[in-house]
Amino acid sequence: MSLLEIDKLSLTIGGTRILRDVELSVAPGEVMGLVGESGSGKSMTALTVMQLLPWTAHATGRVTFDGIDILAASEDQMCALRGDDIGMVFQEPMTALNPVKTIGEQVAEGIRWHTRASRAYAEERARKMLDRVGLPAAQFPLSRYPHELSGGQRQRVVIAIACALKPKLLIADEPTTALDVVLQAQILDLLRDLVAENRMGLLLISHDLAVVTEMADRITILRHGEVMEAGDTARTLSEQLHPYTRQLAQASMHVPARARTHEVGQGKPLLQVDNLTRDYPGRRISLLKRAAPIRAVDDVSFSMAPGQSVALVGRSGCGKSTLARMVLALDKPTAGTIRFRGDTLTGKSEAELKPARRDMQVVFQDPYGSFDPRQKVERLVAEPLHVLEKKPPPAARREMVAHALHEVGLSPSDMDKYPHEFSGGQRQRLSIARAIITRPKLVVADEPVSALDVSIRAQILDLFAELNQKLGIAYLFITHDLTVARAITDEVMVMHDGKIVERGRTSEVLDHPQSEAAKALVAAAPDLHRAIAKKMQEQG
Amino acid sequence: MTLHIDIPDENLAGILAKAFKNRSFLAGFVITALVAAVAILSFFWTPYDVTKLVISDKTQAPSLAHWFGTDHFGRDILSMIMVGARNSIAVALVAVGIGMGIGVPLGAFAAARGGTADDVLMRLNDLVFAFPALLSAIMITAIFGPGAFNAIIAIGIFNIPVFARVARAGALAIWPREFILAARAAGKSRTLISIEHVLPNIATLLLVQGTIQFALGILAEAGLSYVGLGTQPPMPSWGRMLFDAQTRMVVAPWMAIFPGMAIVITVLGLNLLGDGIADILDPKSRRQR
Amino acid sequence: MTAYLFKRLVIAVVTLVLASMVVFAVLEIIPGDPARLMLGLNASADQVELLRNQMGLNAPVVLRYLHWAGGLMSLDFGRSYTYSVPVIDLVRERLVVSLPLTLMALALSTAIAIPVGLFSASRSGRAGDTIAMGAAQLGVAVPNFWFALMLIYFFAVWLRLVPAGGFPGWSAGVWPALKSLLLPAIALALPQAAILARVTRSALIEVLNEDYIRTARAKGLPYRLVLWRHALRNAMIPVVTILGLQFAFLLAGTIIIENVFYLPGLGRLVFQAINQRDLIVVESVVMLLVAAVIVVNFVVDLSYAVVDPRLRGRQ
Repeated sequence: MSLLEIDKLSLTIGGTRILRDVELSVAPGEVMGLVGESGSGKSMTALTVMQLLPWTAHATGRVTFDGIDILAASEDQMCALRGDDIGMVFQEPMTALNPVKTIGEQVAEGIRWHTRASRAYAEERARKMLDRVGLPAAQFPLSRYPHELSGGQRQRVVIAIACALKPKLLIADEPTTALDVVLQAQILDLLRDLVAENRMGLLLISHDLAVVTEMADRITILRHGEVMEAGDTARTLSEQLHPYTRQLAQASMHVPARARTHEVGQGKPLLQVDNLTRDYPGRRISLLKRAAPIRAVDDVSFSMAPGQSVALVGRSGCGKSTLARMVLALDKPTAGTIRFRGDTLTGKSEAELKPARRDMQVVFQDPYGSFDPRQKVERLVAEPLHVLEKKPPPAARREMVAHALHEVGLSPSDMDKYPHEFSGGQRQRLSIARAIITRPKLVVADEPVSALDVSIRAQILDLFAELNQKLGIAYLFITHDLTVARAITDEVMVMHDGKIVERGRTSEVLDHPQSEAAKALVAAAPDLHRAIAKKMQEQG
Repeated sequence: MTLHIDIPDENLAGILAKAFKNRSFLAGFVITALVAAVAILSFFWTPYDVTKLVISDKTQAPSLAHWFGTDHFGRDILSMIMVGARNSIAVALVAVGIGMGIGVPLGAFAAARGGTADDVLMRLNDLVFAFPALLSAIMITAIFGPGAFNAIIAIGIFNIPVFARVARAGALAIWPREFILAARAAGKSRTLISIEHVLPNIATLLLVQGTIQFALGILAEAGLSYVGLGTQPPMPSWGRMLFDAQTRMVVAPWMAIFPGMAIVITVLGLNLLGDGIADILDPKSRRQR
Repeated sequence: MTAYLFKRLVIAVVTLVLASMVVFAVLEIIPGDPARLMLGLNASADQVELLRNQMGLNAPVVLRYLHWAGGLMSLDFGRSYTYSVPVIDLVRERLVVSLPLTLMALALSTAIAIPVGLFSASRSGRAGDTIAMGAAQLGVAVPNFWFALMLIYFFAVWLRLVPAGGFPGWSAGVWPALKSLLLPAIALALPQAAILARVTRSALIEVLNEDYIRTARAKGLPYRLVLWRHALRNAMIPVVTILGLQFAFLLAGTIIIENVFYLPGLGRLVFQAINQRDLIVVESVVMLLVAAVIVVNFVVDLSYAVVDPRLRGRQ
């Protein structure tokens, strides 16, 4: 018998339809993967089961958990279920814990509330649970506050809260999306073990097909609030009967076609970085004393040829974004030099940097945050023209913007719109249009596709590849996602603790990593091919 | 403390459409417009001449001839309230202007520069904050003597750190955004970025604070005039009218009731207006309603 | 002590020193001779010279400042010219009225505002919230001295429940003294309570939208407990900030309210001093109130550290 049975669930919030006739079930000890792109309604499905929806929500259908009709249950009944029989883990570990309470209080709180146990007993159980999720007492006493823990550690605390009373069902809503791949692999392992130990049912929600394939026994694919396909993981993904399943799977594995690739050492280097170092002052620990400075980038040297596409990969906090900012002359290095087209950038004033800025542009991660919402597209895309010696007259400017928009697959008429009138993928196209309007030689792209849904991501990668081929723009691609590196770059540099620990041709590094850091990254990176093959073996 | 700014994804037409569906904004707008209209009207016409004393008509209760009654010199209360509105609005408006004109550039500069400049400006802010408006008014009056001009200066000085703080907090929330980095990558200077990107994005925040300070200014001016440090007779002012009413509460309560209501209504209108603007422009707060 | 607290303490001290310089300087730049200002136009040159020497006006500015500031630290504010007594005695005499009044008003305002804010936030958007916040919106718009007049009219003139003004002195017994402070305290407190209730409500609502509230609810805690255990403490920071600011407003407010109720407090003292050009008294009272505001701001900073462990640091 199923632990959780969702039958013809429809949901509207404030009159907007979110879910339509969703069917889903989770058996004890089973991992059900719920996959979908943003806006597909996967989180709302989870919140319906928890009855934590906003008060304007209206649900119809049937949700049965362990024989209890959830939609008809009173708030008191739900309080008894939540945290005791159903646990939930959320996406954003940085904000999921109360900053003014210790982790011990937060884990013990649910235990005390449900078991009416003494404080001492609850704390003892909280201690055991924290040990279990990999936070040993020596380093992580109950008296720690959330701000003293890293993102991965905080997510372990959230898991400890959710699993403290050995719930029958655990709901994990994108539990690893905010973490880097190595942490992701660790957290997924932990969830898998906890499920096996306690015969919990796990409803795992994710946008990442590879993650779900690795974890789930069965999967349900959701789109626009409707179930597209459901079934055993191996069969569903190997047969790919439903067109949407096929589309998702192919987009996840997409590699853009690129005819020419570039090797190192072809002619004069475009970018030459020598012994670059960046220290940040340590935290002030007392009145006159600061902690030792933090070395974000440590003696890094590398060079890039014109037209070459290079990936800079590494775990979060390894210093890759700091390095990128220094290359863009947005941050000053503590030591070392950066030369671009033979000119030294380091130590120059903003005015002296202008010629270099013309040939160097940037694309950011967040398609929503990278445009001033108060300005129209024309002004936004034209912004880099500020560095031109001679500012083009308005008519010429419009012409240039129109051309750039055309090159990224947008209509010239879009230039009179505001950014909010575009979707995330379109905004990333705008971002690229802004980057290429001055015909730069180098574009630094900081996680340019990691905020996009897979199908959009594939299109944007195609665009990057096309512009590389057509305009000969060199890319420095900063990414934590090895699939992106594999798809679009000639070479890869692996960064770890501020140092570049490995560099080589992309396929070579990713297939045969040499350094520990590279090995860890490759091993932890979810890979759909590999995951499907493994599931096929398991499920026959 | 960090400030969260939600920048609404809308253009003017969309905002206006929303504004006229927002009850708080509508009510505030109507009241404020009425008060402003009355103040303007008082330049051209009042029921009675407020400079003329008609002792035979003194302390008359409200009647058809004198809707709000008369004061101890026989002056028409309604006419005095109308002229007083002018005075209150002018003092509060100029004080807001002083606060915004000096405070906003300082705050934006502090946020753009950071470091020592920021520290020094914020310490100066703390210093001015230590002098409540009434205290600075007392000091200023002790030196230069009472008057509307000195009231404006006292209230205005107190407004400077308020706007500096709001502008700085807002600008600090805007600076880390990626679109600012993009502008910097385009070689724009910090000043240019402050003008082109930062100020337009914190304008609404400043507008809301402006209405709040405007309302506080009206209250402060009334308070100062009430204790004799603000507008001086014979120029009618709401605060002064209340002072005159105080000793005559038993015989002529209308002398206190109506000017007080004028203050309440004006301040209420401005506060509603500010609430409404904040509501319309900040989708986060609207979701909470 | 952590770096945070030390930094705040240094800031408070520096602000205090700067503020004393400002107060001193302002009275220095008074057009004309302070001694003559005090004595009026009819005084003879000899009288003026005598007073100048008495006031130490003939010494260099820096020395005079140091002398004055040094006096402040030993609570020696100088002598009032009109009363011919040490200013500190005048201040002490008046403080026993002003301080209880401020504290009563602060306590009253907090006692009203926090429960109303909690009530409104937990019923956000429903009828109870709308009514409470409508009342608060009105309360914010009411000038406290006008409200005071209305209270006098209603409770003292009509109902004759309390005295309309004046202060019998603490020697007349605690109850009569408190009774005469009651109306002034209410007049001061209600408009401030309205502001505080609005701030409390919006701080709570903001906190209630945080992810950790969802985590707490996912633990199975009922909403009421989540509000008390998780939301309230996090909402305290903006509330405490406003409380600190309100202290300054209340201080200023007492100055006006004391004039409405004829209470012999610091406010009355200041106005009499202004009228009599007793500049030493004005200077001293202003300095005292400014110091009070700075100290309260420092206490507010301390309370941030109590509420928020991130400011406390570790080891």
